Amino acid sequence: MSGSKFLKGAILPVSLIVLWEVSMRVSGIQSDSLASPSQIAVAFWHALQDGTILRRTAETLRTSLGGLAIGGGLGLVVSIILGLIPAAARLAQFSIEILRPIPAVALIPVAIMTLGFGYSMGIALVAFATFWPVLIYGVSAITNIEPQLLDVGRVLRLSNLERITKIILPATLPRYFVAFRLAAAVALIVCVTVEIAANPLGIGFELMSASQSLHPDLMFAMLLWVGLVGWALNLSLLFVQRRLFSAAPATMVTAQ
Amino acid sequence: MTLQSIARTAPEQTPGSHASLIEFKHIQHAFGDRLILKDVSLTIHKSEFVCLIGPSGCGKTTLLRMIGGLLTPQSGEVTYAGHRVTEPESDVAFMFQDYSKALLPWRTASGNVSLALEAGRMPKAQRPARIRELLAKVGLGGHAEHYPAQLSGGMQQRLQIARCLAQDPAVLLMDEPFGALDAMTRQGLQDELLRLIQTAHTTALFVTHDLEEAIYLGDRVVALYPNPGRVAQVFKVDLPRPRNQLTTREHPEFLRLRREIFDFIREAEA
Repeated sequence: MSGSKFLKGAILPVSLIVLWEVSMRVSGIQSDSLASPSQIAVAFWHALQDGTILRRTAETLRTSLGGLAIGGGLGLVVSIILGLIPAAARLAQFSIEILRPIPAVALIPVAIMTLGFGYSMGIALVAFATFWPVLIYGVSAITNIEPQLLDVGRVLRLSNLERITKIILPATLPRYFVAFRLAAAVALIVCVTVEIAANPLGIGFELMSASQSLHPDLMFAMLLWVGLVGWALNLSLLFVQRRLFSAAPATMVTAQ
Repeated sequence: MTLQSIARTAPEQTPGSHASLIEFKHIQHAFGDRLILKDVSLTIHKSEFVCLIGPSGCGKTTLLRMIGGLLTPQSGEVTYAGHRVTEPESDVAFMFQDYSKALLPWRTASGNVSLALEAGRMPKAQRPARIRELLAKVGLGGHAEHYPAQLSGGMQQRLQIARCLAQDPAVLLMDEPFGALDAMTRQGLQDELLRLIQTAHTTALFVTHDLEEAIYLGDRVVALYPNPGRVAQVFKVDLPRPRNQLTTREHPEFLRLRREIFDFIREAEA
């Protein structure tokens, strides 16, 4: 993003914040549900200083990244199996159609009952939610591999494992990475939702307790923070993607 | 009827009487309702260069895939060195038509050659020297670290040749390998291919649309009828080797064959 573009983009939010601050001060509202930008900034600073933000962020990241690793990893393995064995795909199709539409959030009561509160519950629900996008994208990536590349593997008499590691995975890696990026966004959403709804951990829990203890300044500060975390997560994954897939200029050919 | 009888007897007329290496016996194959090949029998001898020509839909590529072990005929059988082909053979190399889709875009030129060596279980320490040798052989010595997308079409096809040679092939199967290249590049590659094949005594089966290319390269030219694919006629090419882009193409026998096969194809299509 160029400097002038960034400045243009900042005009609207900055003027809104200024307007908000000025109107709060002029009207002199004392509210349990509203806070001025300056109060939010102070609350944010305090939360940062006493380590609340750091601790809560670590908890949220641990749950969402842990769940993403498990759900995405399983999605990767299952998608390779279903992508390569059409019979397995037909066998699994019905189960997938039944299970996939279940909202991860609807499983919170089940997770509380079986796993109790804590990391394992959050991780399990995030894993469930992130499994599907990686599975679906992965199967489509594998079934769309250039058939001639698979023929090359057969003609050279590569073993099944070699075909997967030397041809199928490299050919589909760019698509899998896109799937993981989408799944990372899902992971954060599900993780914070679970924290707000049930789990006494993470940014979502801090947000919820600030709301319930009538601290709008801290609540808005955490809301702002969770947005920043999501933005940073996506940005860092994009950065990794560009680094990984710009080395070989033609890699993206297979992703087109 | 006469054409049919010529087709049946032609393979046996090959002089030099090399041992037969590849045999198609009464091959029949359909994709769905569409009959692709109908009772195709063909014998290919050791160190022979056979070109398959015919319009699209005559099953040229299908025949090639069968001897490559990529496709099993629904009836009839394909044998290689006396045994039935059921899977790809280690010393049969396959050169694909679309080089841009047959090379691994995420591997460099040397990485692509290395794939064949890895598949052939060559120890890692021996690979770099062999890769250098193979790339030099096809004139890509200076491009070892380039990715396929950074190479021209002709260079990519050379790279595919190098990968095939890495298998030390006894048989080289080629599916319209030069079809997408410009005339000059194509002629250069034709001569290079003949040189490589002659030194290694490789048996070659070459599918092409290009009549002149077939005559220029082949010891025999097999013309196929389309819908369903059948062997129409086999033409023996009695032209001296090594072939030369100027003198061979001006040779009276070349011109006679060109006329004969051209007339034949035109009649077949009429």
